[in-house]
Amino acid sequence: MPQIFHPSMNTISRLSIFGFVFILILIGFIGWALARSPYQTGQGVVRPQPIPFSHEHHVGDLGIDCRFCHDTVETHASAGMPSTEVCLNCHSVLFRDSPILAQVHESQRNGTPIMWTRVHDLADYVYFHHGVHINAGIGCTSCHGKIDEMPLAYRAETLHMEWCLDCHRNPEQHVRPRDAVFDPHWVNTEAKEIDPELLLKAHDLQSRTQCSYCHR
Amino acid sequence: MHHAPAKTSASLVARGQVPREAPARRWYYGAAPGQQPLHAALLVSSLLLLALAGCSQEMDEQPRLEVYETSEFFEDGLAMRPPVEGTVPRGGLRLDVHFFEGKVGGQLATSWPDDITIDRAFVERGRERYDAFCSMCHGLAGYGDGTVVARGFPAPPSYHIDRLREVPHGHIYDVITNGLGRMPRLSDRITPRDRWAIVAYLRAMQIGQHVEVDDRLRAEVERATAVEKSPGDGKGRPHE
Repeated sequence: MPQIFHPSMNTISRLSIFGFVFILILIGFIGWALARSPYQTGQGVVRPQPIPFSHEHHVGDLGIDCRFCHDTVETHASAGMPSTEVCLNCHSVLFRDSPILAQVHESQRNGTPIMWTRVHDLADYVYFHHGVHINAGIGCTSCHGKIDEMPLAYRAETLHMEWCLDCHRNPEQHVRPRDAVFDPHWVNTEAKEIDPELLLKAHDLQSRTQCSYCHR
Repeated sequence: MHHAPAKTSASLVARGQVPREAPARRWYYGAAPGQQPLHAALLVSSLLLLALAGCSQEMDEQPRLEVYETSEFFEDGLAMRPPVEGTVPRGGLRLDVHFFEGKVGGQLATSWPDDITIDRAFVERGRERYDAFCSMCHGLAGYGDGTVVARGFPAPPSYHIDRLREVPHGHIYDVITNGLGRMPRLSDRITPRDRWAIVAYLRAMQIGQHVEVDDRLRAEVERATAVEKSPGDGKGRPHE
């Protein structure tokens, strides 16, 4: 009976048997990396907005408090988006004739809202409450990153559950004194000077990792 | 004669030999033995179809509306609905004119509402609100020199002039609530209690910036500023 396979097939068969394992691992790794990539999480991806609103200018340069526009952040689940009226608090005078602001005036005239693109959107099966986090001493920039340096807003974090749990397991790493919550320049190095145990006690904080705490 | 089969089956049921519901359940259980694999296949494939549906991200985007979302259901396209005109939300009845409008007998109130207790915590609260909502124009110490004014917004008057030192509390409350001149109303963002806290802080500021400086006070200020000048925390407030 003639030989069906050439002797080189020995090597090829061994390679493909072992290679198959590596390919499986590679596919797994690609999947893992893809799930964490900005392509999937939107982290660091600037969203196009109808008006190129700059947090860098309003927060960084002018030092306007977060709550001036996001006024329900201390009391509600949603931080609150400013109404057209809030924009016009200043822009009824400042840069009034700038073409960038034409849409704001149009919104005011017609009573139609400005259609911003949502930057942070959690899955619908997650319950998140801004007020609870603010009152527990978690600063805005802990989740939203260096917002005072963003000409256009983007997600600073993955918003993955593992990222949430990272803080929920060790809140003392992120918790701030009450008057530093809205400070965009507050950095974690200051926390090391403050006893984290004291901070936890001051805010009556506990590690919250029960499923039903967020998935309710 | 054609009644006979009915009679037979009725009597069989009565004797318990045929299950009463057999005809109705025939679709599931009464199939001929050869048909059973077909039914099993249908069941499995429909389960597989269900499993396929799980591959989409429908749990992420459930068909309920979130705040600020759009809705095709309503004419204006908004998911959030304004309260029906003429309705009062629970706990939203505003009968106390002094507290909610800063007026007594139609005149701007010169006294504090009964619900307000002025203590350190209340003034501190006012300071926090003032810094967040007022300081950009009025300046951290109330001289009308905030960062937005530096950008060209018409400067508001300083609080530390005789006219504003003498206005009733109700005037300041009313201006926060309804705005005045270029100043917008802030009642959409600041609760009535917080507005009174701001009034209290503003009054404290006016007193603090209008103190006659005698030698004793000058010495005290010098001692205090000497301490502050040593490695500063960078949190010094202007004009203070």
